[in-house]
Amino acid sequence: MSTVILLTLTGLGLAALYFLVASGLSLVFGLADVLNFAHGLFLGVGAYGTWWAAGNLPGAGPDGFGFVFAVAFGVAAGTLVAILVELVLIRPLYSRTIEQVLVTVGLSLAGVALLQATWGADARPFPRPDWTRQVTGILGAQVPNGGLLLIVAAVLVLGAILAFLRWTRYGLVIRAGVENREMVTALGIDVRKAFTLVFAIGGAAAALAGALGGVYFGTVSPGQGGSLLIFAFIVVVIGGMGSVVGSAYAAVVVGLVQQFVNYYGTSGLGDICVVGLLAVVLLLRPQGIAGKVATA
Amino acid sequence: MSARSEPGLRAPQSRTEAAQLEPILTVEDLSVRISGLHILQGVSFTVAPTGVTVLLGRNGVGKTTTLRAIVGLTPPAGEVRGTIRMGAQSLLARPTHRLVRGGLGYVPEDRCVFAGLTVAENLRLAERRGTTPAYDKVFALFPELDRRGRQRAGSLSGGQQQMLAIGRVLLNDNRLLLVDEPTKGLAPKVVTEVAEVLERVAESVPVLLVEQNLAVVRRLARDAVVLSAGRVAWTGNAQDLLLETALTKSLLGVGAEVRA
Repeated sequence: MSTVILLTLTGLGLAALYFLVASGLSLVFGLADVLNFAHGLFLGVGAYGTWWAAGNLPGAGPDGFGFVFAVAFGVAAGTLVAILVELVLIRPLYSRTIEQVLVTVGLSLAGVALLQATWGADARPFPRPDWTRQVTGILGAQVPNGGLLLIVAAVLVLGAILAFLRWTRYGLVIRAGVENREMVTALGIDVRKAFTLVFAIGGAAAALAGALGGVYFGTVSPGQGGSLLIFAFIVVVIGGMGSVVGSAYAAVVVGLVQQFVNYYGTSGLGDICVVGLLAVVLLLRPQGIAGKVATA
Repeated sequence: MSARSEPGLRAPQSRTEAAQLEPILTVEDLSVRISGLHILQGVSFTVAPTGVTVLLGRNGVGKTTTLRAIVGLTPPAGEVRGTIRMGAQSLLARPTHRLVRGGLGYVPEDRCVFAGLTVAENLRLAERRGTTPAYDKVFALFPELDRRGRQRAGSLSGGQQQMLAIGRVLLNDNRLLLVDEPTKGLAPKVVTEVAEVLERVAESVPVLLVEQNLAVVRRLARDAVVLSAGRVAWTGNAQDLLLETALTKSLLGVGAEVRA
């Protein structure tokens, strides 16, 4: 029983990580039709930003408020990079899908190379508060606190994004734009501002995933973003492009399937099962769980 | 024409009277190519500053393409040449949201309401900073929209969606309205309602209307521009056109059996 609880909670921790990456990807694709392969870069910037800040930034550190400050710095760095990528590289290429894919794939490769050149290819130990290394006993299972932290963060981010979509003017524009972007402009709204905004939101969430993923795994390495991004894309497709709630459901399914199958089957089988799940969803319900609606 | 439509009905002004005023919209030598297809091939016409000008033609002659070119919604793969002016201002190459904020209202074919949003949210989207949205005017025309504020637009009937699409545009002041097939797919009773509304709207703002229903055309339009194979085939008084059965049949491919 305690194994099931442990697997469920670690699966949910993984799901939280996927959701943080996938929510932004999903909004960006749903609104702007951009398949952003550079999204993993925002995660990498968040992780390395936090790591760097904890060691070098006055006031920041691996514990207490210093750690919160370091994470905030990482998230701010990821957000800034996301905004710059949108303004400088993506904006001139809207509605040119092939070029976008080339640019974002190139950028993700260049980003990894840049991180590698600066801080080396090896995994670095991640600064983290002591309590995140410990475990909490839940119904007999010893659950790592780093995973619980991810779950809490993902739930808060989900709540914040939904509240933003539901209650703000820009949220309304984004929901409408996901449905019919052209009609939003035909009502006199400059939808490109909303594009920049979803890149910023997505960049912030991915950077947070980078920082908290670093806490969870205990290390940070340049390639981390790329491998997470593949599963995040799967989550986006299963959840339905443009739906934040769909991404949340899909992340939970993917995280749990991966964790349980990897444990009870052979290690690695869970990853294959997730790809199989993707194929089944594409065959039976190509629009994903929630379809192309930015649900609030 | 039914008796109850009398109050809003004006005898169409003569074309010469309208022509004395500067046109609100001037389209000159407009060509649109989309993915290698030469859809519009040098279209020129003007829209009078009052009343309804109707854009007619068989399916696929480029009516919707014309409206979309005016409002800057030609797909990125398309190429637009020529001149489009609203008053003295050139419209080509300006982004759609600027044109719309400059007073060009667009009600697209198939309504395009945001199905997942509520009626109130659909209307709220059209609000603009610095101006007071004319909810009074819109709710006076469409009381239904006020009552159904919390309903999802996707669950409205076709007629109600059309009212919402028109209402959304009327929240702001417009210098010209482009309305694309507002009665398409609607029940006859609803067609009459939409026509009544457009008639009232056209009293205060000029309308360039694409419409296939000749009864609606006869009721609303003063001027007509007929497109055929990407070119202007005929311009003149809409009522004159409808009286010429042979001409209507050759240009529009329909008998001029105008149902009232």
